[in-house]
Amino acid sequence: MTEPIIRVEGLGKKYLLRHQAGGPRYRALRDVFADGIKSGFGLFRRTNSPPTREEFWALKDVNVEVNPGEVVGIIGRNGAGKSTLLKILSRITEPTTGRVTLNGRVASLLEVGTGFHPELTGRENIYLNGSILGMGRSEIARKFDEIVAFAEVEKFLDTPVKRYSSGMYVRLAFAVAAHLEPEILVVDEVLAVGDADFQKKCLGKMGEVARGGRTVLVVSHNMQSVSTLCTRACCLHQGELVFDGAVSDGIAKYYQVSTTTLDGQEPAARRPGTGEIRFGRVVPNREQFRPEEAKHFQFQYDSTVADPPKFTLSARLRDALGHVVCQCDSRYLGIHSAGKVAGTGELIVRTPWMKPGEYWLDLFLIGGEGAGVMDWYEEACRFQVLPILPYPHTAPESSISPSVVLAEYSWTVDASPFV
Amino acid sequence: MAQYQLVLEAGRADRQYWRDLWAFRELLLQLARRDVSVHYKQTVIGAAWAVVRPLVTVVILTVVFSRVAKLQADGDVWYPLFVLAGMMGWQLFAAVLSESSNSLVANANLVSKVYFPRLLVPLSGLGVPVVDLLVLSPFLAGLMAYAGQVPPWQVVCAPLFLLLAVATALGFGFGLCALNVKFRDVRYVLPFVVQFGVYVSPIGYATSQVPPEYQVQYHLNPMVFVIDGLRWSLLGVGDPFAGGGWLVSMAVTLIALLVGVWYFRRTEKTFADVI
Repeated sequence: MTEPIIRVEGLGKKYLLRHQAGGPRYRALRDVFADGIKSGFGLFRRTNSPPTREEFWALKDVNVEVNPGEVVGIIGRNGAGKSTLLKILSRITEPTTGRVTLNGRVASLLEVGTGFHPELTGRENIYLNGSILGMGRSEIARKFDEIVAFAEVEKFLDTPVKRYSSGMYVRLAFAVAAHLEPEILVVDEVLAVGDADFQKKCLGKMGEVARGGRTVLVVSHNMQSVSTLCTRACCLHQGELVFDGAVSDGIAKYYQVSTTTLDGQEPAARRPGTGEIRFGRVVPNREQFRPEEAKHFQFQYDSTVADPPKFTLSARLRDALGHVVCQCDSRYLGIHSAGKVAGTGELIVRTPWMKPGEYWLDLFLIGGEGAGVMDWYEEACRFQVLPILPYPHTAPESSISPSVVLAEYSWTVDASPFV
Repeated sequence: MAQYQLVLEAGRADRQYWRDLWAFRELLLQLARRDVSVHYKQTVIGAAWAVVRPLVTVVILTVVFSRVAKLQADGDVWYPLFVLAGMMGWQLFAAVLSESSNSLVANANLVSKVYFPRLLVPLSGLGVPVVDLLVLSPFLAGLMAYAGQVPPWQVVCAPLFLLLAVATALGFGFGLCALNVKFRDVRYVLPFVVQFGVYVSPIGYATSQVPPEYQVQYHLNPMVFVIDGLRWSLLGVGDPFAGGGWLVSMAVTLIALLVGVWYFRRTEKTFADVI
């Protein structure tokens, strides 16, 4: 049995949250300081309701061992503690309890293009970013051409990166990071950027890194890339490790904890929006739909004010990669709802035929007369589209994989129907 | 497998720290280089600013101190030269102090996303002031030649006093940039300190003009010894070691350095959570 390259024992991380007594909203640590600066006289302006402090455990008693060559996907909902774990592993912050033993150098990629300076040229930024990520000058010089070729920015090497398109910027940034050669690579969600081709290239590069015997830790919301890339999954939920094992089981666990805690896990009041009216429970009429059938979503709404304003509704259907498949806005239908304190409603999406997979529904409650978004409810509910294609015959999967949705279509050849 | 082991634990003294600091020396150069190459971007006269600013200050101080307030230089040194030599030391100190104090906040994105020994950040604040100094020194030499001022033998000590200016600035800079992470008040206090520092340091006048009974208190400003020493080595005037006040200045510098590094190291691990 080989020695694990990463050993995490009883790891915990505590943050202190300050919230104003009587205030409805939690504050991030950041706000505490931002407020202090804004008021300028923080010391002299003690408000009537003294702030209270509350402990918040971002991670609780996490135990994991990772062996060399493993590619571990760390999955979990927002706020599950994934980023905190990565920050501890990459030594950006220190744990409150427990310990981590690392038997190799760690390179972490928590953000694409950390330290890129917009005024500097591509060339200068490669050197700067490379040394920020821990590469020596000679090492960068050796890999320079490879990096440039990978990023496809040869022509713009001496242009300041502020003139780059965002695609070029991201490509260059990832290219530098991809050429690191640490024993342990820690990656956070970087695949969410760039176009599909480049994403594929990045996935390929990470697979290559892993096959080279190095250890990779990936945090992602993208279950598809987790399942193609990882050999193992760890699912975090509210700071605790709830699953550690095979990728497919891990993803199942992720969806399970995601749905069981959808209600109440994120209090409505913490969602963005002005909050005069908020959504309550949102449920699809079934957990799993066939691609072609109409999809119904029932919702409740509730007002926090006695005299609620008029509102319109909007919904987005997102796939597991975060792509918005379609948006349904009630304003196009001329529907404004008025004045009730509470009620229920239903969204019915009849087309398009959706590809099999996991989907999320985001709901928006928008005040009439330009009053702004009252409730911004991302991931209001989740649903699945079953892999039962609405076509009479089958074909290789590659014949459909590039498409975004499924179409209802027919072909004719020599003026006769083609069946 | 690499023979490299690292244990992360709460409050664990980081034995690797100083080795890491050395291992990341290239990052220090890159950060300093970045600051330098960005500093005068999109300005018309570029690095000439490094000369223009001290020059204008010298002209104003010459008029105000010499013509209006009738202050005098030590010995028979041409007054503008006397001011410029002092100004050079002060400018270096002030620039290093402000650059390093603001450095952590200015590099917040790095601090919250990548690990490296954080001491590099305030250290990288050295880049711009040092380049400015290099731009200014030929100008000082030219002015000395114009005034017929021959540098004395002590001129070889000048770099030591410049180094002392840097050490003093960093001493305060380490502590202040760590404080700045939590209390952004530092940002407002600093310009004020730099501004009145010009008057409580012997720039427009000689230390010998300060009444003898206040000499010790006066030397609590560590820049007094630095500026006197710089003038002594460049122009051969005054005696920076007279009266033992220099020991007070040196002690202040040393304490600032020790306390600065200690406070920085103590709070370093929480920077990413707070910044």
